[in-house]
Amino acid sequence: MVNLTINGIKATVEKGTSILDAAKSVGITIPTLCYLKDINEIGACRICVVEVEGKDKLLAACNNEAEEGMVVYTDSPKARQARRVNLELILSQHNTDCTTCVRNGNCTLQSLCENMGININSYPVTPPKMNWDKRFPLIRDNSKCIKCMRCIQVCDNIQTLNVWDIEGTGARTQVGIKGGVPFESTHCSLCGQCITHCPVGALYERDDTKEITAAIENKEMTTVVQIAPAVRVAWGEALGLTREQATVKRLVAALRRIGFNYVFDTNFSADLTIMEEGSEFIAKLSDRENNTFPMFTSCCPGWVRFIKAEYPDMVGMLSTAKSPQQMFGAVTKTYFAEKIGVAPDKIYSVSIMPCTSKKSECDIETINGSPAKDVDKVLTTREVVRLIKAFNIDVASLEEEEFDSPLGDGSGAAVIFGATGGVMEAALRSAYFLVTGKNPDPDAFKAVRGLNGPWREAKFEINGIELNIAVASGLGNARKLLDAIKAGKVSYDFVEIMACPGGCGGGGGQPICDGFELAGARDEVLYKLDKDNPVRFSHENPAVNKVYEEYFGAPLSHKAHELLHTDHFSWTAVK
Amino acid sequence: MAKLSLTNKSSDTLELEFLSKYVSSSLFAAQQGLCPVDSVASFVRLCLSHSCGKCTPCRVGLKKLGELYDRILDGEADESDIQLIETTAQVIADSADCAIGYTAGEMALRSVKAFRDDYESHIKSNHCVSRQEQPVPCSSLCPAQVDIPGYIALTQAGRYADAVRLIRKDNPFPSVCGLICEHPCEEGCRRSLVDDAINIRGIKRYAVEKAGYVPADKCGEKTGKHISVIGAGPSGLTAAYYLALMGHDVDVYEKRKYPGGMLRYGIPDYRLPEKTLTDEINVILETGVKLHTETDIGKDITFESLVSGSDAVYISIGAHSEKSLRIPGEDLEGVTSAVQLLRKIGDGEKPDFTGKKVAVVGGGNVAMDCARSSVRLGAESVSIVYRRRQEDMTALPEEVEGAIAEGCEVVSMMAPVRVEGEGRAQYLVCQPQIIGKIGRDGRPGVSAADLPEVKLDVDIVIVAVGQAIESKSFGDYGLPLKWDTIASTDECDFDGFDGIFCGGDCVTGPATVIKAIAAGKVAARNIDTYLGFDREITIDFDIPSPSLLDRPACGRVKMKERAADERKNDFTLMEYCMTDEEAKQECSRCLGCDHFGYGKFRGGRCLKW
Repeated sequence: MVNLTINGIKATVEKGTSILDAAKSVGITIPTLCYLKDINEIGACRICVVEVEGKDKLLAACNNEAEEGMVVYTDSPKARQARRVNLELILSQHNTDCTTCVRNGNCTLQSLCENMGININSYPVTPPKMNWDKRFPLIRDNSKCIKCMRCIQVCDNIQTLNVWDIEGTGARTQVGIKGGVPFESTHCSLCGQCITHCPVGALYERDDTKEITAAIENKEMTTVVQIAPAVRVAWGEALGLTREQATVKRLVAALRRIGFNYVFDTNFSADLTIMEEGSEFIAKLSDRENNTFPMFTSCCPGWVRFIKAEYPDMVGMLSTAKSPQQMFGAVTKTYFAEKIGVAPDKIYSVSIMPCTSKKSECDIETINGSPAKDVDKVLTTREVVRLIKAFNIDVASLEEEEFDSPLGDGSGAAVIFGATGGVMEAALRSAYFLVTGKNPDPDAFKAVRGLNGPWREAKFEINGIELNIAVASGLGNARKLLDAIKAGKVSYDFVEIMACPGGCGGGGGQPICDGFELAGARDEVLYKLDKDNPVRFSHENPAVNKVYEEYFGAPLSHKAHELLHTDHFSWTAVK
Repeated sequence: MAKLSLTNKSSDTLELEFLSKYVSSSLFAAQQGLCPVDSVASFVRLCLSHSCGKCTPCRVGLKKLGELYDRILDGEADESDIQLIETTAQVIADSADCAIGYTAGEMALRSVKAFRDDYESHIKSNHCVSRQEQPVPCSSLCPAQVDIPGYIALTQAGRYADAVRLIRKDNPFPSVCGLICEHPCEEGCRRSLVDDAINIRGIKRYAVEKAGYVPADKCGEKTGKHISVIGAGPSGLTAAYYLALMGHDVDVYEKRKYPGGMLRYGIPDYRLPEKTLTDEINVILETGVKLHTETDIGKDITFESLVSGSDAVYISIGAHSEKSLRIPGEDLEGVTSAVQLLRKIGDGEKPDFTGKKVAVVGGGNVAMDCARSSVRLGAESVSIVYRRRQEDMTALPEEVEGAIAEGCEVVSMMAPVRVEGEGRAQYLVCQPQIIGKIGRDGRPGVSAADLPEVKLDVDIVIVAVGQAIESKSFGDYGLPLKWDTIASTDECDFDGFDGIFCGGDCVTGPATVIKAIAAGKVAARNIDTYLGFDREITIDFDIPSPSLLDRPACGRVKMKERAADERKNDFTLMEYCMTDEEAKQECSRCLGCDHFGYGKFRGGRCLKW
């Protein structure tokens, strides 16, 4: 243990604790900007500098350790002056059009300025120019970048895709694309982790709310919206709701106020995915010799882009099942369109996703099995929050409302799609049933839950068949797992991978709360929703059974193949 | 008449001179990977600030050059701007009235030619091809990439054995390098911005001596692969060491009686004691490397059979044959080569030079070794004959100074033309030289001066003008040669010769120990990969965080040596180790570039390779 004094207060912390954390332990906040625990501890912005007695130079609190006997002043005139001047210097190269910024009200730079009373800048403001194709799902505004390097660190160290890089030297040092290549020729998975870890508005998703508002206002169009599992456990955060208030039924009510004609649940198609993917897996198992293992899940478009770009030789091991988003869109424009007697091209299909990569997935030409586009537009959780705000809806006062029928039913197995390991658990629940004809204990496969280790593995026996499965989230972890599989160090039958750490709970389209990784907390709510759901098995979802009865016949039927499966080789992820 | 007055420097001038020193230190310690366009733009502006403003090309031309550079750096230029820079720079170089202008023009012109790719990349994609990949100057300048801030922190913490282990992660010769490394690491030391570079080699020697014997790391699980190494010099033994740690079986074949290569047969004991070398090699052999001395590949075992009997072969034969002066009389008795002399000493057969007048021809470190050895062998007088100036010698300045202190005389600006004598060498006849124009490499040329020949009285002439490589047989086998060097790739392998690797002096020509070690390390990694493995070399202990204390300017501790009068009589190690007090102070000067600065973001530490 190390004893030190901070602003006159005695603190005792473990050896190796940063000055920042030591101060926090005695209730003293040192402002930070570039710092992101465990991800970016590089002392770049010099906002967290503190004065240490006996030392001439100020020290960054974020990446220097507390030492025995240290006497620290976090708010001495010298420290405050340095912090203020450095903040003004950062501002002098920042496009401060806050009012029109996507991060207005949720920006670390903005709140620092507010907290430090910066109301005038001593330096002329000369932000660099923005140079980006705004049609991309992921947009980078160089004029807002404060060079904190977080995006580089997240992409390099967590996702291992090395899309971003520092470029230039001296005054012209800036964040750019590694190797100076066009963005579309990088291996970017569009996971959006750089967006959720950006402290300012330099990275954001393409805003599609205007197109959707136009579709809602177009009286000729029937608008159908689906809500992904992980959206329901995060949307309220950015609207100031408690987790108890921010139920999915309240979100349903809000979407109806906005004017969507039908509000459905992606959980429906998550259950459908389990029926298709589970049946595909069992079919492969029964013909082991002619199939390669493991079979990989295919519902995460970030992961699909990743494997296509980085491990092209393993693409054939992906399940051919489309993602729940795309299955939903296909069912909407066929089965549902027939049911309500509307032409598919008069239906505008929208999904609300915790994801930025989904914006690109819905635009893959070959993914559409229905005569029209499965999904017309994707909104991230953040965008739907903006839409709710734009419609001046007081969500807290809304009564809860039910999903529309028939695509509004989802099982507990479906809702955990939003958490890492959830797809695997849901699939195993139904696979057990498909093989044995009996339901297992719904919690029999909970060993795959959690966030520990690069990946989690488990072994289950179903009717004498031994199943080795693995689950990974985060593309760096996925890479470790794939390398181990390729090197023959491990072998599995079925593997679930999600691009974002923690799965969709930590998705790149989720509300941003700088400095906090919320995937764990959001995943917990998903597991509670599963537990509280009277239907815990995808194969028991009545709406799913009905759609097979009335439309597809059976899983893997010809029609199911046409509409619910896709050819991952039919498009290129890297231009 | 107006009164005359003495010109004294104003306080402003003095202060400016002081500030200029900062700038020159900053330029000296500039890190690698800077944008050449941005750097040259700054140089042009600096030159412009020195302009008197009288003549057009300097006053206006340099200003416009600066603006053109800005256009390029801001991504606003097109290809015609490169042409305009070239034309403008050429005209400044051709027509400025004084050196302030025309040297600046020449610099800009040279940069456009040298960095054209970078200029074009800025223009075409607004992207700079340069990048700071190695932000810790000392480690990135070390050919073997030794973790210098890491072992300094460990030394400071008193964890000497861990310091040795950390060095051994990248270099299995810490004791040797602690004594004789040419320490390129010190050249870019950022501490020189504050005062002077850290004495890195001195700290290494201190750590190694404090640690005493440190056993070799444990070898990895056996791979069943077998590698043959030709030559037990620093490069071959380095490759052997890492390959053994990776789990491969290694046999090293050495032509001479003892292992060590140039460490034994090139570097005299007073710089590197025989026992230190033997102890270090014994640690390498602890890993199970099998050494076969007095085994000449090509004679005792054919190269072909070695290749066919091994999974991979590493050629590291060094540069051990002499180069001659090609002057008449070189075959007279009394004329010998540096290689011959040092080889005899290495084998323990010291010649007696008592009463002899020795002339050593050459200006490199080997020439200094010969001169200083001659003093120790009892020579009456030792002259170092060199055709350029003393400051042009390639030997380290401290080596030259040491030789002079021990009584050697530097006879510079003298080119030997013949050796004369009745049956044996009696005179070395030299043609005095005049220093001439400076070539593109920055070194001045020499030519015969309009002066008569000079006859030096000699008994012994030692020719130390470089070493050649016995590479012919490898050329006959089919490996590519460039002059007498073996032309392997930067990955130490060859196109079309799978499983054959080569590195060290036999590829680079005579170079430094640390470069040979680096080649051994590169070869070991690439052999392991070639054999289908991915065995890591790493450490299993933590490295302390750097000190947070201020680092006020403080002089650099220099290594002390035994008095010249005493040391010149024996071959005992001449350099003293740092004292505890000195080492503590020197370690505390380290700025910790692994933690402070870019190192904390990127490339500050490589824990495994």
